[in-house]
Amino acid sequence: MIWLGIETSNSPLSIAIVKDGQIVEEIVQNEKLTHSVTVMPTIEELFRKANLNPADLDAIAVSEGPGSYTGLRIGVTIAKTLAWTLKKPLVGVSSLQVLAANGQGFAGVICSLFDARRQNVYAAAYDGETMQPVIQDHHNSIGGLLEQLQLLNTPVLFIGLDAVNFKEVITAQLGNQAIFASTSLALPRGSKLIELAQKQSLPSVEEVHNFVPKYHRITEAEANWIKDQKKGQ
Amino acid sequence: MNDQYILAIETSCDETAAAIILNGREIISNVVASQIESQKRFGGVVPEVASRHHVEQITMIIEETLEKANMQPSELTAVAVTEGPGLVGALLIGINAAKAFAFAHSLPLIPVHHIAGHIYANELVEPMQFPLLALVVSGGHTELVFMKEHGSFEVIGETRDDAAGEAYDKVARVLNMPYPGGPHIDRLAHEAEEGVEFPRAWLEENSYDFSFSGLKSAVINYKHNMDQRGEEIDPQKVAKGFQDSVVEVLTTKTLRAARQYQVKQVIAAGGVSANKGLRTSLEQAFEEAKISFVVPPLKLCTDNAAMIGAAAAHMYNAGVRGNLAMNGLPGKELKSWI
Repeated sequence: MIWLGIETSNSPLSIAIVKDGQIVEEIVQNEKLTHSVTVMPTIEELFRKANLNPADLDAIAVSEGPGSYTGLRIGVTIAKTLAWTLKKPLVGVSSLQVLAANGQGFAGVICSLFDARRQNVYAAAYDGETMQPVIQDHHNSIGGLLEQLQLLNTPVLFIGLDAVNFKEVITAQLGNQAIFASTSLALPRGSKLIELAQKQSLPSVEEVHNFVPKYHRITEAEANWIKDQKKGQ
Repeated sequence: MNDQYILAIETSCDETAAAIILNGREIISNVVASQIESQKRFGGVVPEVASRHHVEQITMIIEETLEKANMQPSELTAVAVTEGPGLVGALLIGINAAKAFAFAHSLPLIPVHHIAGHIYANELVEPMQFPLLALVVSGGHTELVFMKEHGSFEVIGETRDDAAGEAYDKVARVLNMPYPGGPHIDRLAHEAEEGVEFPRAWLEENSYDFSFSGLKSAVINYKHNMDQRGEEIDPQKVAKGFQDSVVEVLTTKTLRAARQYQVKQVIAAGGVSANKGLRTSLEQAFEEAKISFVVPPLKLCTDNAAMIGAAAAHMYNAGVRGNLAMNGLPGKELKSWI
């Protein structure tokens, strides 16, 4: 069974090819390059190195969000197009879970987060042993997230490039309860994405058309439109 | 020579479109999913909403295009895609889908300029005759392009502010018409005998450039003055006055350029060339001037992928190729490929 994993949910990029549970190729980079320029050449390069053809794939995994809207769309568009035209199943995994999985084995909860600007975050928390969600993926203020974590009354491992942006406020609120993962765990990995995707049942090939990113936020224009509709009632 | 089948993809604004074109001239299939129903809630195209719709639609549209043509990817010659100009987030969906599809089936890629596509829509009607002058008018563009042969473009005039279609949409909003406003203004204008007198922006004597923001402001001021006097405006007369000004400037400048550049053919392209007032005026002017004038059927005037395939056919033959590192170019300039 050959899997391709595509992770472009934020500025880092990771692509992996996993065959029968073994990593064949994996690239993890944090160069702030444009995904639109780098993703397809990277996929082509990994296939060439692995001596594989696109048709050799059995399934595709993609980070489905939350994250940067454009980054998500590039990954999902590529994953979706490949899956549809090669007639392979496509599995989506939460990009927060992919990142949190880097800390698996931690005794406590693992909190992965992405900076959503204006003191807001996309965040989730997972049981460090089982990787089951304790707090689901959601959009929140950093203060609101920390209140939820404090109530868990257990050590929290913060993971991700953006966690350092909030280090001060996290430490102020959680004190010793907060632990920060080392930088070697801060980048999402395509192989982790595939590992998590393999735990799901494979959707049918027909479902590929309906696959869309999970933004976890409606657009500002739609939010305003809904507000206006309610006013008009 | 083997038949050349190009799969073309276009997502530069609010239409998700794909088409298969045979030898640059014949439409085998042509599918367009419009977002107008969604975007009209906002009175215009919201880029983030457009990008989200494109991701929802893209694989379904390409599949429908292949199914209607009854073709397999292995029968295709190349994949063409709009590289720009357009909304960057929207362009990226078509481009990344095109790249993934091309990679999956080892097909060459052809990056197409959106305006070249609008011009080449005419090749799907009849072969273009050179030298040629193209008037491109849409929601995002107002340009006069001189072509001395296939693949050669010289922009001799362009708008300095609003595109013609943009002015139509803004004036439509003043008249409380829904988005997109062009067809409504066109309809209202035909219901009036006489229009309100609005200015014409001719700019410098020899200039082929355009300006529509002054005209738009004149309409807004007129409405404002009438409101202050407590008088109702007559939307038909306002629409006619506005459209007469736009059409007269477009027609006069196009005719003057056609004579100066001694072209064999004039073509109109872009969404606003669907406008009846403009079509009629251009047809009359060039019939009198005895210069061949072509305008594509309505469904090839608005954004579509067939036109991208028509341009790509000539680019393919000229050896133009893209690669997997192609990016969306929102401000891409129209450059010759020969």
